[in-house]
Amino acid sequence: MGDNECCFEPEDRYHAFLTTCKKVTHGSGKLGGIAVAVKDNISTQGIETTCASKILKGYIPPYDAHVVQLLKASGAAIVGKTNMDEFGMGTTTENSAFGPTLNPCDTGRVPGGSSGGSAGAIAGGMVRMALGTDTGGSIRCPASFCGIVGLKPTYGRVSRYGLIAYANSLEQIGPMGRTVDDVSALMQVIAGYDRHDSTSYDRPYTHTPCADIKGVRIGIPQEYFGSGVNPEVAAVVNKAVGRLEELGATTVPCSIPSMEYALAAYYVICTCEASSNLARFDGVRYGPAADSKKSWHEAYQEVRRANFGTEVRRRIMLGTFALSSGYYGKYYAKAQVARENVKKDFTRIFADVDVIAGPTMPTVAFRLGEKSDPLSMYLTDILTVPVNLAGIPAISVPCGKAEGMPVGLQIMGRPWEDERVIDVAYAYEQGCL
Amino acid sequence: MAEGQVIVGLEVHCQLDTKSKLFCGCSTDYRADGPNTHVCPVCLGLPGTMPVLNKRAIEYAMRVAKALNCTVLQESEFSRKNYFYPDLDKAYQITQYDKPLAEGGYLEIEGDESGEKRIRITRVHVEEDPGRLVHMGNAERGKYSLVDYNRAGIPLIEIVSEPDMRSPKEARKFLNKLRATLEYLSVFDSEKEGSLRVDANISILGSERVEVKNITSYKGVEKALTFEITRQKSLLRRGQKVERETRHFLEARGVTQSSRSKEQEHDYRYFPEPDLRPLHVKSWVEGIVLPELPDARRERFIVQYGCSLNHARTLTGDLRLANFYEQVVRPDPAGLATLADTWISDTLIGELNYRNMSIDAVDPATFTGLLGLIREGVITDTSGIEVLRVMLDQHLNNQACEKPFAIVDRLNLRKVSSAPAGSETGPVINPVLQSIAEVLASQPGAVEDFRKGKKGAFNFLVGQVMKKTRGCADPAEVNRMLAEELKKEA
Repeated sequence: MGDNECCFEPEDRYHAFLTTCKKVTHGSGKLGGIAVAVKDNISTQGIETTCASKILKGYIPPYDAHVVQLLKASGAAIVGKTNMDEFGMGTTTENSAFGPTLNPCDTGRVPGGSSGGSAGAIAGGMVRMALGTDTGGSIRCPASFCGIVGLKPTYGRVSRYGLIAYANSLEQIGPMGRTVDDVSALMQVIAGYDRHDSTSYDRPYTHTPCADIKGVRIGIPQEYFGSGVNPEVAAVVNKAVGRLEELGATTVPCSIPSMEYALAAYYVICTCEASSNLARFDGVRYGPAADSKKSWHEAYQEVRRANFGTEVRRRIMLGTFALSSGYYGKYYAKAQVARENVKKDFTRIFADVDVIAGPTMPTVAFRLGEKSDPLSMYLTDILTVPVNLAGIPAISVPCGKAEGMPVGLQIMGRPWEDERVIDVAYAYEQGCL
Repeated sequence: MAEGQVIVGLEVHCQLDTKSKLFCGCSTDYRADGPNTHVCPVCLGLPGTMPVLNKRAIEYAMRVAKALNCTVLQESEFSRKNYFYPDLDKAYQITQYDKPLAEGGYLEIEGDESGEKRIRITRVHVEEDPGRLVHMGNAERGKYSLVDYNRAGIPLIEIVSEPDMRSPKEARKFLNKLRATLEYLSVFDSEKEGSLRVDANISILGSERVEVKNITSYKGVEKALTFEITRQKSLLRRGQKVERETRHFLEARGVTQSSRSKEQEHDYRYFPEPDLRPLHVKSWVEGIVLPELPDARRERFIVQYGCSLNHARTLTGDLRLANFYEQVVRPDPAGLATLADTWISDTLIGELNYRNMSIDAVDPATFTGLLGLIREGVITDTSGIEVLRVMLDQHLNNQACEKPFAIVDRLNLRKVSSAPAGSETGPVINPVLQSIAEVLASQPGAVEDFRKGKKGAFNFLVGQVMKKTRGCADPAEVNRMLAEELKKEA
């Protein structure tokens, strides 16, 4: 097995990459020689990994994330680290400390986020595949905005070891690519049990996409087509659902009443976990050092204030507050109840249908700078976060355009039925050729 | 409870003696090595790493829970205790909070009042040890501190008692009994430096409770509590109030000192650790078979070896000592049991404590040899002690260790006996008799006093004879022969 070497120096017009590798080795295997980009919150031995944050500038991990080891073993060429919202906190990639990624479909618009660099690198033709991470829609949103395919696997299907945690109980590493086939091929490589991740399961993925969806029952939740969803986007997705019916699927209307609380629950849980996960970034071992003349707690404060971005500081403070003594029951415990209700709704619906379909995002890609207040930004996650709360698989596959921009069709499945959401997405994709 | 009653509860942290750390594969055998040599991405808390639970640590903890008569919970879980401190690499400690491994047990100790006393155990849980700061200079004024993460991730068990102890002595006894129990379970090595840390809650009935942290030795617990009781009582006597606060024990000075208020304002923001799944160990714990524990062994020593209750308690109160005793008597249980019991409990322990030595320094077979010499009448008890002291001093000073027999010969400690040694070579003067004759000749005054009926004079004469024979004569024999000689002279 002779290793090959190459140099990856693309013209990065969309600022998709934070790091490109001048010396790339690759081997033979399932992904032999294929260029794969890796989101910058996934640890790569010897390659700077910053989470697009100043606080991790210069941090070079001494170890590979489990998925990176698997990529290397499959012969893939890891060509660089992609831009993202700082620590995954955002929906546009504008929260990167190193400047936004531009949407290759319209450089006046955002690529979505937080895996915007990975989506941009694929849509911009620089790589065929990329790894993203999805905490509340961070794979599916940029896939939808950039017109590519992205899968958020079932929670526990892909090892998180080496993924710099933002919200452990919600996030998964997942494959992104131009086609469902590519996403499936990448999923084959990264899925499976890892003894370093106690929440991973022995559920390898060996599937090859199958376009036959005759008899598949598709739930259509009313909430995914109601208020807050751009009518043009809803119309495009409706048409796509019609296409799935033509291909042999049947549709069943359904409802997810727990969605009313899903977004609130999501933002409580993810900020609580983040406040704890990000506490270790104190300037002692990573990032810019503090003024050593100060006492250690003053030094911590100074480093953290200066090197975390606004959105990250906001979420750390929200989470710290929600976990504080006297508030735990009011926020964290309540959010867990809401989370259980979301799971129950999905379980109930999946007793009748095989998959659930709807738009991935309520709109097409925003213009750069368009979403300036955090709350309106949070609201755009409403269609993606229920999946993370329930831990189920979901894919976004391009299904047309609205306002001249790509629209994503989201297919959600039962836990561990990543294969089925891939098949439905594949059927749609193949049926539209 | 009476007014002024002392109330003590303990939180005891012990390092579980596993081979690897609680959440990674790093070795726990770090004490002899340089700083930051037993570390990996996981125990350094590098971004992206995840904990993987060491099953052996949980098994050890379940042994403890079972031995302390606790109920192991159907489901327990790990939580994050969030706080900033430079020795805490993740800025949170993975511990157990509202779902500990086990709850509601007890440990029996010898109470201050007669008989056994139950100290209730509130809970038993498992957590990781943080790293360690090494201050250059002192903590307040030193220029900088260094961090050593070798200790980070060492499994700890925390045992919390109810406030059932009524004196520093009871607290010490609880701790000793707990240590013995953990060692019998083979989950703890008390000899390892820093393997024990105790926080004590202490109050005088009717007053606020004070938490004393940072007690790191068995003796320290008694010292810290005694100091604290004196402090609190004298406050009350002067009509002042005891503040509810956290204090630190300064081992070297034997005093407690109020912690800065900042440290008391911690809000640890506990929440379940999302990277570990909940623990379901109920069926596992049922399969755990416990070894013989101190109480059972104590009863066995009484029955099997005829030990007194107090000696049996002493011997079985320390695993090493109990094992030593059984090894010493093994060659001849019937002949050695009682002799060994007295010699170990009354003499050896004292001599070891005096030299600050561990029982590990004494070879059981050698000790059996020494007892044999005493039992066969080769040396007297007094000489036995002298031989033992020589043996211990040689060990302490790293000198070549002689066998007891060799020491006896070198120091000419063979018992001076009426039974002539080497009688074949001709008439031998009995050395005891000769000494008696010399004493009687040189102490006419005492002999005169004896004749006048002064009891003390006889004892004085015995002492003079013993002195002349350098303790090598059997005191009973001296008594008998001296009485006979005095009768003759009369």
